Amino acid sequence: MTETRELICINCPLGCGLTVTLKDKEVVKVEGNTCPKGEAYGKKEVTDPTRIVTSTVRVSGGVLPVVSVKTASDIPKGKIMDCAEALKSVQVQAPVAAGDVVLENVCGTGVSVIATKNVSAA
Amino acid sequence: MKNTFDLIIVGGGPAGLAAGIQAKKAGVEDLLILERDHELGGILNQCIHNGFGLHTFKEELTGPEYAQRYIDQAMELEIPYKLNTMVLDIAREGNEKIVTIMNREDGLVFLRTKAVILAMGCRERPRGALNIPGYRPAGIYTAGTAQRLVNMEGYMPGREVVILGSGDIGLIMARRMTLEGAKVKVVAELMPYSGGLQRNIVQCLEDFHIPLKLSHTVVDIRGKERVTGITIAQVDENRKPIPGTEEFYSCDTLLLSCGLIPENELSGKLGARLSPVTSGPVVNESLETSVEGVFACGNVLHVHDLVDYVSEEAGRAGSHAAEYIRDWDKDRSRDNKENAVRIQTEGGIRYSVPQMIRPEHMEDTVTVRFRVGRVFQDVYVSVYRGEERILHKKRRKMAPGEMEQLVLKKSDLTAAGGLDKIVMKVEEA
Repeated sequence: MTETRELICINCPLGCGLTVTLKDKEVVKVEGNTCPKGEAYGKKEVTDPTRIVTSTVRVSGGVLPVVSVKTASDIPKGKIMDCAEALKSVQVQAPVAAGDVVLENVCGTGVSVIATKNVSAA
Repeated sequence: MKNTFDLIIVGGGPAGLAAGIQAKKAGVEDLLILERDHELGGILNQCIHNGFGLHTFKEELTGPEYAQRYIDQAMELEIPYKLNTMVLDIAREGNEKIVTIMNREDGLVFLRTKAVILAMGCRERPRGALNIPGYRPAGIYTAGTAQRLVNMEGYMPGREVVILGSGDIGLIMARRMTLEGAKVKVVAELMPYSGGLQRNIVQCLEDFHIPLKLSHTVVDIRGKERVTGITIAQVDENRKPIPGTEEFYSCDTLLLSCGLIPENELSGKLGARLSPVTSGPVVNESLETSVEGVFACGNVLHVHDLVDYVSEEAGRAGSHAAEYIRDWDKDRSRDNKENAVRIQTEGGIRYSVPQMIRPEHMEDTVTVRFRVGRVFQDVYVSVYRGEERILHKKRRKMAPGEMEQLVLKKSDLTAAGGLDKIVMKVEEA
């Protein structure tokens, strides 16, 4: 069975409109992309969509009460809210440096959550 | 403190940092960056989402990470800066400029400088500028204020949210509030198209099943002490609400993402000519304002969608300021504005930056950035010198929310003498 899906590529601000053709749930064609990243996104988005999650976690003893964080790589789209929930109970001690791991293997994804900002001790 | 400088940069955000770095690299030793916040990096510090730096660094960084790359460079180059310092005034004295600053350590100080780079950024259009009826209860925030509260100060502005305006900050905050456990009920946009990037509609709204209602606006705010609900209605082609289309959403918070305005109080007081379209200074090819030796870059000049372009533009302002300082003793009396070629924009193009070019001062090419007034598909952007078309570029799609650019060649502007303007317009294919 052939079906097509219309997507907008989120790799860059161009926002190319993609048409992905699937045959028996296998991607056979990606059209509308202007770069190879678009093709890869089109394939992935219809089979195994993922996202980088950015949020904050609590800091104690810092110049700011929170520090910004991100998943070190993309995680399954379906785990975004679980990831956000898991970060609610994380608290780190200042000083925090960008790149510090604040949570390992978030929600069993094998991906670490890392700080994206330096927060010095108050 | 020392009080004479060659270059003072007002603002330590992405524009100020990139301008300072480039000026220093171009040989300006005696410079100072002034920042009113307690840290460098400006608005990027609260933009914790990723997507920054694709052009500059070929990778996707979060706002704080992008800022840190520039802060690190500035530190390496040992560029002096002052935090928690407010610039109160910039005035001319002969060719020099007097910058009045204030902070807790130094009190009120007058600084003397040869050149100034304006890099103050922009601010959000507040509720007062939107003509929304209803009471003035707590719970109404601009999207950027909410962003700062959530991402830097650790407060949640509310639990049930309606967002007016689909600019990028509004879209980003729809996702951010959702991740923090709030329920975002709807994003209403007055225009028939979103003011934000397509990618943000996908990853901030569609990923979380948040509805976007185009051609809708807020017609009523309920609640006296705190917002208890918002009524939105569809609007007609004249942006007037259509009776009978009202929908009520109970909520405790309304976020406004209704446009950004360059912050030009200082520039205006200094006497720099401001553009009524961009609300930023009118500049020439060197990003110099109508006040000699005062340059502008970043969101204070015109609102950008991408910080990568801010950095690039600010770098150019830094190099031009360096040239200006290098030629400080040169006779500038021949540099009058009469030699300038004005860029006239029409046919769907709202403005260009720069607004004028002095061909004898430009490098081999100059990048002209512009915005269109509505959505265009499969059109050409053309540049005319008199009857002659000197540039004709195809664009698959242009939208008001996305800044465009084209590159003009020096040879095109110098070929004919006595040129006083060129015309930029959109043409149907």
